[in-house]
Amino acid sequence: MAADLLSPVFAALADPTRRDLVARLSLGDASVGELAKPYDVSVQAVSKHLKVLEQAGLVTRTGPGHRSQVHLRIETFDLVTDWLERYRRQAEARYRRLDAVLAAMDDAETASSQSTEERTS
Amino acid sequence: MTQLHEATITADPKVPIIRIERDFNATPAQLLRAHTDPDLFVQWIGPNGLDTRIDYFDARTGGSFRFVQRHGDHEFGFHGSFHEVSADRIVQTFTFEGQPDGVALETLWFEDLGDGRTRLHSQSLTDSFEGRDAWLRSGMEVGVNEGYAKLDALVAAGAV
Repeated sequence: MAADLLSPVFAALADPTRRDLVARLSLGDASVGELAKPYDVSVQAVSKHLKVLEQAGLVTRTGPGHRSQVHLRIETFDLVTDWLERYRRQAEARYRRLDAVLAAMDDAETASSQSTEERTS
Repeated sequence: MTQLHEATITADPKVPIIRIERDFNATPAQLLRAHTDPDLFVQWIGPNGLDTRIDYFDARTGGSFRFVQRHGDHEFGFHGSFHEVSADRIVQTFTFEGQPDGVALETLWFEDLGDGRTRLHSQSLTDSFEGRDAWLRSGMEVGVNEGYAKLDALVAAGAV
């Protein structure tokens, strides 16, 4: 289930206007009319963007028309963050193994350069 | 030993790219060797608890690689081509054979921080947002739970 939720979320956030809408909604709920105000576009255009965000599960709308209240669904953002964090932890675990390999390489190189010095001296 | 920062990750919202950065107590030359010498690479590519077997690994410009990881009765294959291998940069393609139509373009930079430290910049570009998300999923399927359990145990024991 989580797998199918992620793609529309990333796609919805690929648009700068929608990211801006999300940023403003993170400060609190707002009506469609209020959200449309700062933009040089129609309420209908903002409404279209909100529909994409709604379908991605990022916002919910209550009430009719341009007076309807838009609410950010934090749990959807948590889902994305959670996936990324798990991926990050996997990378970190891999890089800790790489740390160990690099440390062993250091010792081997020090040992071999020392023996070279011994041979040349 | 200098305190290392943990890996940071960003998923670009505009293009299907994942970026990871991590600092190492090693020189760029050492990091290059750890990525291009199959005997070293096999030791860390992991995940923990999985046997990694190199099928072929020719890490030079125009070369190619394939390795296989065994998880119980399952084998996961990965292959790709080395587009460019230079002192401070590796560009390669990467396919998880569980999703044979998918391919990522991976770029690694080794940024010399001086004093024997290097910042690894890794960027994976997939062919679509769907591809990137599938990629995130596939990484998790490959025995990653065992890896976390091991890491959690280390954290609990105060080892890391």
